[in-house]
Amino acid sequence: MRIADESGLKELKNSVLQERDSLRPCITICGGTGCHGYACEKVIAAVENEIERQNLKDKVSMRVTGCHGFCERGPIVVIYPEKVFYQRVAVDDVPEIISQTIINSKIIERLLYTDPNTGVKPVHEDDVPFYNRQKRIIFGNNGKIEPTNISDYIALDGYGALCKALFHMTPDQIIEEVNKSKLRGRGGAGFSTSKKWAITRASKKGMKFIICNCDEGDPGAYMDRSLMEGNPHLVLEGMIIGAYAIGAHEGYIYIRNEYPLAVRNVGIAIKQAEELGLLGKNILNSGFNFTITVHKAAGAFVCGEETALISSIEGKLDGPRPRPPFPAQKGLWGKPTNINNVETLANVPLIIERGADWYSKIGTEKSKGTKIFSLVGKVNNTGLVEVPMGMTLREVVFDIGGGIPKGKNFKAVQTGGPSGGCIPESLIDLPVDFERLTEVGSMMGSGGMIVMDENTCMVDVAKYFLGFLDDESCGKCVPCREGIEKMREILTNICKGEGEEGDIELLEEIALTVKETSLCGLGQTASNPVLTTIKYFRDEYEEHIRNKRCPAGVCLDLISYSIDAEKCNGCGACVRPCPTQAITGEKKKLHSLDQEKCIKCGACFETCKFDSIIIK
Amino acid sequence: MITLAVDNQEITVKEGTTLLKASEKLGIEIPTLCYHEGLLPYGACRLCVVEIFKEKENRMVAACSFPVEEGMKVVTSSDRVLKRRRMIVEFLLSRCPDVKTIKDLADRMGIKKPRFKSKNLDCILCGLCVRVCNEIAGIGAIGFVSRGKKLKVDTPFHMASDVCIGCGACSSVCPTDAIEMELDAVKRFLELLGSEHKCRYALMGLISYKVCSNNYECWKCKIDQRIRDALGTHPIFAAKKIKKEKVNQYFSFLKKIQE
Repeated sequence: MRIADESGLKELKNSVLQERDSLRPCITICGGTGCHGYACEKVIAAVENEIERQNLKDKVSMRVTGCHGFCERGPIVVIYPEKVFYQRVAVDDVPEIISQTIINSKIIERLLYTDPNTGVKPVHEDDVPFYNRQKRIIFGNNGKIEPTNISDYIALDGYGALCKALFHMTPDQIIEEVNKSKLRGRGGAGFSTSKKWAITRASKKGMKFIICNCDEGDPGAYMDRSLMEGNPHLVLEGMIIGAYAIGAHEGYIYIRNEYPLAVRNVGIAIKQAEELGLLGKNILNSGFNFTITVHKAAGAFVCGEETALISSIEGKLDGPRPRPPFPAQKGLWGKPTNINNVETLANVPLIIERGADWYSKIGTEKSKGTKIFSLVGKVNNTGLVEVPMGMTLREVVFDIGGGIPKGKNFKAVQTGGPSGGCIPESLIDLPVDFERLTEVGSMMGSGGMIVMDENTCMVDVAKYFLGFLDDESCGKCVPCREGIEKMREILTNICKGEGEEGDIELLEEIALTVKETSLCGLGQTASNPVLTTIKYFRDEYEEHIRNKRCPAGVCLDLISYSIDAEKCNGCGACVRPCPTQAITGEKKKLHSLDQEKCIKCGACFETCKFDSIIIK
Repeated sequence: MITLAVDNQEITVKEGTTLLKASEKLGIEIPTLCYHEGLLPYGACRLCVVEIFKEKENRMVAACSFPVEEGMKVVTSSDRVLKRRRMIVEFLLSRCPDVKTIKDLADRMGIKKPRFKSKNLDCILCGLCVRVCNEIAGIGAIGFVSRGKKLKVDTPFHMASDVCIGCGACSSVCPTDAIEMELDAVKRFLELLGSEHKCRYALMGLISYKVCSNNYECWKCKIDQRIRDALGTHPIFAAKKIKKEKVNQYFSFLKKIQE
């Protein structure tokens, strides 16, 4: 059934809303990848069975939604219309949820979230501190929509912005509106979206392409994935508006094959949009044609780089090529091509619908709107958080993230993915936006945020990220291929206790060469982890090199485990987890640790409740 | 036309000219390894980096591929540029300590011994061979295999190529002599049957020779030799130039250089 025009869409929306009773209880279960990790599919099946068993099909509806963001506490169940928030829901809890909360409107205390700092148990989703400090303009609908059902999206005014763009705005007006909103690319570099669109639009007539970059490869980052999985129509709508603005009739979604749920959901979304005439030939009878092809990426980090991505779609080896010419001038198959990140495109419908004035009120002077960060690492509330630009790192890590687990001290936060920099505690009040992050030597990147506590060795961190980049460098240009490898070698030596005087200076020299002379963004930013850790944690490097000591107790060759004779009470808890039987001792007597056998795995350290295992 | 300044000397060049070409016109030499006149800019060796100043912007770009811009100031041998180039050559020297081209470059820059572990390889992965085979010969018998540290030039699946026309262009453009012509490979080409057994120019679609007076022994081909002498380049680059014109003109060209 095709929608004929703008009023047709409104009619469809109204009929969807009429069918739905807004007061009818609806159980929404998070079906995002994080919750799948907690086996949410079993909870989903249990809810289905229970509704059937209690014969409540007419009284209760259920919805499997996209990611809610609070992945630490999955599987997450939210019950509408009151928005009762249950976390860590197990299959056994399901009958109780239905019989108590749904039928008798009783709250099940034990499933509520407990704020570890205050002990308060908020009942409603909006009162959970993780959520109530966020500004979820893009991500918020994820929890209200079943991503495989276009009606859910249309019920929330979905595709309204597309109508406005197609029937009430010219392409130039759209670009002007986006320009006024000061939207900047969310993929990393933060280039002005409207400028990119304008250049592509101005390129000579004929074939043009628009590509949605969903090749999110940063370790620990999954916001693009969650948007694609949870609200694919939002991205599609943004993409169609973008295509209309630049004059493209063909689009590609370049998506990682490692994201099976996202691939599936976006495929379904495209099909549904095509059936309704929101995509394909003569969209809403406006005369505008636009088709989208999903291109599954083979999994190379470098393909997030525009020109490498284009090579990959063309079926060539995934190498970047020199710019200029920029893709906007000469891109896919030599045609003007516009590439936007998933999150950037998701911002577009909002800007068109609510206007640039509303949008540009959010954020800082040069960075507008919100940004989704994936808050991971040593932080209590792991998950996806959407905050207005300009919020301080402290607010993100401590207020939303709930601070560091086990009462440990905050040491640093790494932003911007593997090639971002580490920001130390002294800069924790830094407002997060494109400029501020670059100033301190890091970057916005795609929005990864890895929190590190006192037990993190910064040399080891730099070594880890350089290792990742060394494996992912395409190898085309000399500084990136050879330079990263050399830096990795030096860092490995330092961590092994084989560092020499002058290593830090050599590292800096290589890092600057790689940064300034590399061909593409991968190499140009690859030095950030090295440069920032040297800048802010130089003493740690020196300690490794001069005293052959790892202050954080991480680098295996520089530490040894031993048992504190005063604290050990001989409980024997550490004996069993030791994989090499290095710990021996009679019950209730002091245990001993055989250094020859010890492989420094840390299993005893994790087990001991009396802090009697010492790492030196 | 665009006016810019290279090392404080003003020059006006056509739009789309690269910084390398503009500098060349002023007689300013910029070292290169992966650049070749007849091939598209590739920007892999990064040896040709120069500093550019434009309004507030100051950064380093590869001269071989970066186009000129109005009012741009280019500095080709500042301390910063030379320092970065030295490091790049040091990287290459540790990769290929026995390659003459690299050793000469290092000598000129005063690098005695690289500070890194030596790898003892021949190939610097400049991609000239791959590009000449693809862009000029139009054959694509060799390509890059794998990624990053493992990147290498190879035939598909490391098997003897059945499309190689034995033109030797890859070997001739290689700056480090990492590719040698094997007589066996040429013989294999000669053993191709029937219509596949053609002169390389025929395979490239330049001419329609049915018979070769030279028994398809290309390395003895006098035409090849003459083209090489006349144009001072490998025949395959010459052939590319002729390809645009008609076959008749090709014959007249051959006649002309025979005279």
